[in-house]
Amino acid sequence: MDKIKSIEELRKLREQAQSFLKARQGEAKAKIYISMGTVGIAAGARDVLLAILDELQKRNFTDVQIIERGSMGLDVEEPVVVVERDGVKVFYGHVTPDMAREIVASHVINGQIVSDWVIAKE
Amino acid sequence: MKELSLNILDIIENSLKANAKNIELNIIEDDYKDLISIEIKDDGCGMDENLTKEVFDPFTTTSTNKKVGLGLPLLKLEAESCDGGVYIESEKGKGTRVKICFRKSHIDTPPLGDLPSTIVTVLATHPEVNLKYRHEVNGNVFEISTEELRNICNETICTPLVLNGIKEFISEKIKDLHGGA
Repeated sequence: MDKIKSIEELRKLREQAQSFLKARQGEAKAKIYISMGTVGIAAGARDVLLAILDELQKRNFTDVQIIERGSMGLDVEEPVVVVERDGVKVFYGHVTPDMAREIVASHVINGQIVSDWVIAKE
Repeated sequence: MKELSLNILDIIENSLKANAKNIELNIIEDDYKDLISIEIKDDGCGMDENLTKEVFDPFTTTSTNKKVGLGLPLLKLEAESCDGGVYIESEKGKGTRVKICFRKSHIDTPPLGDLPSTIVTVLATHPEVNLKYRHEVNGNVFEISTEELRNICNETICTPLVLNGIKEFISEKIKDLHGGA
């Protein structure tokens, strides 16, 4: 796809996005929490968030809600990403953009927890 | 922080924590004045006079789960070592204004960095907040607000496809500001 250069092109993108949204109803299947305090940002949380967005787009998955949280008191583990799916919250620590992509593919979309990187569950 | 756009994100996060509904981000790059100026204004809960005086103290924080707050003190140190500074005005109940200056050609001045990513990060996590972004480079201006973007994209604004599109759009506009290179 060509680079978006004008408002007009954004408008076209909206129509494309609408068709995906139609498939989704009610509460999102998964929630992703990302910690965006000073420590999280300095550790690379922004790039992790963008990697998550990019991977979701590649896989055409919109049934997810992304929520920003301040520091969760887990500064040594930043960037921290929490995935809530099927009623369980799983905390991942020291997440890189590449790890984030794998977490999206296997946990967020397919429900397989990436156990090697889990730091806590609740 | 490696780039100023991360500091900007950090300060916008402060605004969001202060329950701001409207945030203005003004960036001016001026080669003639040799200046980078960044202003972030919000209509959040503001701070009283005492807290405003203390925000640059690393042991001042409103956080309850830790005892230090390093975002602003480190930024001030960085700006001052680049012939610039950080200034804060705040009024309880009205909002806060943070102004950051750097000398553009100073060798230690960090790059502005990836501003589109900062804006999309705010948009993705707080779609309800209105962020007005104005960027001026040597007299050329680009302005956009998330309200305008919401009018264009309405309910699809939270989808990754549209967010990535917006990021590309802003990147292209910033490139144009710098002469399209």
